[in-house]
Amino acid sequence: MSGSADSRRPASSDVRPSGGRKSRRSFLRTVLLGGGVVLAALSGFLPVKYAMARRLRPPGALDEADFLSSCIKCGQCLQVCPVSAIRLGDLVDGYGVGVPYIDSREQACDFSCDAAQCILACPTGALTYEKPASLPVRVGAGLSRKPILKAKERDAENTLNFRERMGVARLARPESCLATKGEGFTGIARGADFSGRLRYVSVDRWKPVPVREHPYAATPCDLCITSCPIVGAISFEKFLDASGALRERPAVHEACVGCGVCEMICPVEPGCIEIDAREVWKA
Amino acid sequence: MSRSRLDPIRVMLGAEPSKTLPVSEAAQGIHVLKRQSTKQLSAQREALHSGFRNSHKWRNRRWAVLLAVNLLFVLSFRLDIQILEGSLTASRFLGFHLADLNSALQVMLAHKHIIVNLVIGTVTVFMLWLVLGGRTFCSWVCPYHLLSELAEIVHLALASRKLVSDQTFHRGLRTVCWVVFAVLAIVTGYTVFESISPTGILSRALIYGPGLALLWVLGLLLFEVVVSRRAWCRYVCPIGVTYGVAGILSPVSVVYRLENCFHEGDCKKVCLVPHALAMVVKGRATEATMAVGPDCTRCGMCVDVCPSGALSFGVKGLHRLL
Repeated sequence: MSGSADSRRPASSDVRPSGGRKSRRSFLRTVLLGGGVVLAALSGFLPVKYAMARRLRPPGALDEADFLSSCIKCGQCLQVCPVSAIRLGDLVDGYGVGVPYIDSREQACDFSCDAAQCILACPTGALTYEKPASLPVRVGAGLSRKPILKAKERDAENTLNFRERMGVARLARPESCLATKGEGFTGIARGADFSGRLRYVSVDRWKPVPVREHPYAATPCDLCITSCPIVGAISFEKFLDASGALRERPAVHEACVGCGVCEMICPVEPGCIEIDAREVWKA
Repeated sequence: MSRSRLDPIRVMLGAEPSKTLPVSEAAQGIHVLKRQSTKQLSAQREALHSGFRNSHKWRNRRWAVLLAVNLLFVLSFRLDIQILEGSLTASRFLGFHLADLNSALQVMLAHKHIIVNLVIGTVTVFMLWLVLGGRTFCSWVCPYHLLSELAEIVHLALASRKLVSDQTFHRGLRTVCWVVFAVLAIVTGYTVFESISPTGILSRALIYGPGLALLWVLGLLLFEVVVSRRAWCRYVCPIGVTYGVAGILSPVSVVYRLENCFHEGDCKKVCLVPHALAMVVKGRATEATMAVGPDCTRCGMCVDVCPSGALSFGVKGLHRLL
């Protein structure tokens, strides 16, 4: 490139670059712009690759890679959620921009819609009751039976119609769990400032109410177990603590769908029980 | 298809308008007449100009529609009036599925599995813009278009004070971007373009609240103010190509009447896609009446600015229906 030194010089009005040089410069500029845009778009791969945020997806979500590719980022799932559990990913999510996720400690999916309305709302099948045959189900992701909803346990059709779990609950901090210590809990579960809502069938079968308006009194603390919307997902198990005393602690079972209500309601800070997002059941 | 019909499509994809297309006898006649009567014409032109004020009629109507559509999305969610649920990438209008053509394409290419609802939404939207004129979406609906127009006003104000200058790029880049993002969707299995699409980002920000992704949109606008006029829409956005293709056979277009034209070029100065108005250059029109090609966004700026009524909106076949 013999003219490269010249081409860096700014063109003044009386010294116009020759036609060939001008078009070469225009070509280079175009390549730079195109390359810049494509690079910016490709940078969205980094947060995905390094799993900077392992998001909990709404119920019925396809496996993560398929979910990101099939989601059209419209937010219709968010619009139908009665407890506003669904949020949309931002710039830091890379290709997950506009893709729905749930922050279950802040607001869990409690199935107060009774039927996973978000799945019904999804226009692309990114959220689906049943996967197409071409997409395999990961071992342990599939539920052994459709989840039975406590709120409609006595109805003729009492299940949530999806087949795979969102994740699995795990007692992450057993040492601070009130039940494990043999303690009870009385008061407002997450403090007076907490904005999360839950449906309490005993209060209102159809309408979720703020958790802060629903004080508890439980000995030992069993909030995670009584709040769980799914039949047979979590219960107390007896164990002998270090001092040899017989105690009870929450044990998660195969029926757990990973909705995160237990994580949301746990009154200890930080919460003792957490959802491992997109985790499979390991016997 | 004949060369004359193919040329506007080539131009949309990035080629320069051909100067060697066959000129109809009617057009030739008018060209000759105009060469012979330059004095009368300039007198007429002066008369027209003295009485002309740009009312921005179509721009105002368009902005009103653009704001109304986007507001309908916002209110459907915020006030739960449920008329137009979702965002610009996909939605339901009174329950009927709608899917943005480019977003749907990205999803189909990336996911490689297409469900019925997505097909219904995509076909519906395709038919809609086939009728209304493909890129009509860009100027009458896309929220980025409006911001970009405002950025353009700032850019032109700065340029007139010689503070910035418009760096141009090759328009073929937009077609290249369309192909690259289609290939990236197929190969990576991610809807790569969606992560940077200002249309999707803005639509979601309006409906669901702002996020960091708006910084990207802000960066684009800044680039358009300082470096290159309307750069995103002109040189990059693959959505424009997708809707442009959808509108190739559309009956709705801006129609050019050679007889009324004084070849002053005000229309090209305000146009987002001046190459689509190549026929307004003296001696270039191949027909006495021609529709502006598929790259035209039907924004109506040229219609507003033309003092002699050479440009107007037209619907092919409508006079036969009426």
